Amino acid sequence: MKAAQVIMATGANAAALAVKSARVDVVPGYPITPQTSIMEAMAAMVENGEMNARFIPVEGEHSAMAAAVAASAAGARVFTATSANGLLYMHEVLHMASGGRLPVVMVNVNRGIFAPWTLWADHQDSFAQRDTGWIQYHCSSNQEVFNTILQAFRVAEQTNIPVMVNFDGFAISHCLMPLTLPPQEDIDRFLPPHEPEWRLDPANPSSFSNVTMAAEYAQFRQMLSDDIIASIPLVKQAAQEYKDITGMWDGDTIDTYRLEDAEVVAFAVNSMAAELKLSIDILREQGIKAGLLRPRLYLPFPAEDIISALPQNAQVMVLDRNYNYGHPGGILASELKSVLFGRRNDITVKNRVMGIGGIDLTRRFMAAEIRAMMDE
Amino acid sequence: MTTSIKKLPDIEQVLSGNGACGGCPATMALRIVGKALGSNAIMLLTPSCSVASMGMTPKLGYNWPGINICFATAGSSASGITHAVEILKEKGRLQGELPTVFSWVGDGGTYDIGFQALSAAAERNDNMIHFCYNNEAYSNTGVQRSGATPRGTFTTTTPTGKRQPKKNMALLMLEHNIPYVATATVAYPGDLYDKVVKAKNIPGMKYIEILAPCYLGWQFDMPETVQLSRMAVKSGAWLLWEAENGKISFNNPSSLIISGKKGADPVDEYVMKQGRFNRLLKGPDAESRIAEIQGDIDREIAFMRERAKITI
Ligand SMILES: Cc1ncc(C[n+]2csc(CCOP(=O)(O)OP(=O)(O)O)c2C)c(N)n1
Ligand code: SF4
Ligand SMILES: [Mg+2]
Repeated sequence: MKAAQVIMATGANAAALAVKSARVDVVPGYPITPQTSIMEAMAAMVENGEMNARFIPVEGEHSAMAAAVAASAAGARVFTATSANGLLYMHEVLHMASGGRLPVVMVNVNRGIFAPWTLWADHQDSFAQRDTGWIQYHCSSNQEVFNTILQAFRVAEQTNIPVMVNFDGFAISHCLMPLTLPPQEDIDRFLPPHEPEWRLDPANPSSFSNVTMAAEYAQFRQMLSDDIIASIPLVKQAAQEYKDITGMWDGDTIDTYRLEDAEVVAFAVNSMAAELKLSIDILREQGIKAGLLRPRLYLPFPAEDIISALPQNAQVMVLDRNYNYGHPGGILASELKSVLFGRRNDITVKNRVMGIGGIDLTRRFMAAEIRAMMDE
Repeated sequence: MTTSIKKLPDIEQVLSGNGACGGCPATMALRIVGKALGSNAIMLLTPSCSVASMGMTPKLGYNWPGINICFATAGSSASGITHAVEILKEKGRLQGELPTVFSWVGDGGTYDIGFQALSAAAERNDNMIHFCYNNEAYSNTGVQRSGATPRGTFTTTTPTGKRQPKKNMALLMLEHNIPYVATATVAYPGDLYDKVVKAKNIPGMKYIEILAPCYLGWQFDMPETVQLSRMAVKSGAWLLWEAENGKISFNNPSSLIISGKKGADPVDEYVMKQGRFNRLLKGPDAESRIAEIQGDIDREIAFMRERAKITI
């Protein structure tokens, strides 16, 4: 058996290498900072023959997602990537991917949204796509990006639901970290070739996404809603089997740190959650029983796993890198409150918005914020 | 020689019992296109009359696998499919002959909202046929203006007549340096058939635009679709031409008009037959309005005559 290889790679490179090892067939793409280097890497790998696939340099993100959806309907394994305004520009077609039950996998490199312009990370872009019917992962390290893309293809193709893999611009996309590449045969064992039940086929001339009557339409919607919730065990199974084959583990629907006996629980996603592990250590040194709960899955929101992981009487400090306009605070906090309501009345939820437009979130700053929230 | 209507193959890809209006030019044109394409093809449709009339899930009234896509995305969606089938074939995951990938799209989905993606697909020279059935309006949503609506036309969004001329979409496609561009219309089925057969056998991007007189939008009597189509050509309001590798040639009877062997019919009769024009031609400015319509046609004929001389 071949051994795993360890290289230094940016998050963007980790994503491109995962797509290559997933043996993707078609990659439509359009550049936007900070996602651009993924598309450049994909184009290069296809051009130099490292990857046996088609790269389609489309003229915009609406077209990128349209080409992805159509290629998927024709039976191909498909990947694309975007950020911020690119993701918003795709919005109409995101619904076609999920409504059409097409297992497209996409990376969104999180970036704040225009206007005004910013280049740096926050989570408004991916959270704003909550109701498009995509499964959404959020990752906190380069390795997790690589691992999650492979898991995403498996879950997408098992459920026929598209999957978005999110991670922060710059902090992840442009930072070098060690990256373990499992042997290709292990990846092939984990992710078998894509054999769709159905595809556009002249031997079977049926319609796809045609007009429906109300009762049928409602049934399609209900099935999508049910199947998104039913993907949770498959997400867990994918994480577990990936671990069995590669030895690597980033959590399944959630990831935790020093949580078992915690009285104060930090709750956040993406790179800030990696930094928060260090904040937890600082707080522990100060005698505060702190822990971390990081939802790896944002959609479906892993309600049961969160409910059973939170220690008794914990104060949960939700650190949101986004706004929930019309409400004070952020989106993660309201998601969390809605799952706890009536189920865990022992839990207190507090919330602050921070890190908007890429404002640096250091371990000391977040430790101090959590301390201050304790006194609120 | 143009194939005679009597010699068209028997194969029917438009199945009976679809929901289009009687005398629908789009359906008529698609029937002829089907005879040329055969069954080994994948069809893309954008929101339009052809979708509204194609029948309900899970079947469709056209005997191809058909995908309804977002309105703006004919070019990019067809690119996705064409690349997918090509790579799957290369990888041995698709057997048999490669299917023809074609989009069946209205003028709204071609001239307006779909223009950007179509232009990009043309620039990439991706392997597909884009058919635009041009009824010179958004018929499905109740006849609003499009970029293909000629000057002087009543639509529900140009209630006093459109003030701008239409654009020459087929020529714009030609300027993308694609290998094949053609125009056609339902009154000349053999001409349309031959052009589709030709396009099917050329790799890369092919664009075929079919003038489709729609009784609802144009306001004429339903059985007169073919007659209106013929009048459009005879008056020069619609020119039949094709361009292989950038070289334009005109087809009969447009070639006679271009060469000057036969003058175009004055536009009056064509215009007065259609409510979309004649309802606006009741006032004292009728003459100048007709002159304006005639002027647009004359200019287009003159321009295309000169443009065709450029063969580099
Ligand atoms: C994004 C989007 N905008 C608007 C519409 C509404 N719409 C449906 S069909 C149509 C007009 C279609 O016109 P055309 O392409 O010329 O086809 P026709 O109806 O004339 O056959 C419009 C505006 C839509 N379906 N999607
Ligand atoms: S409105 Fe016109 S284009 Fe639409 S189905 Fe009727 S005849 Fe055909
Ligand atoms: Mg139209």
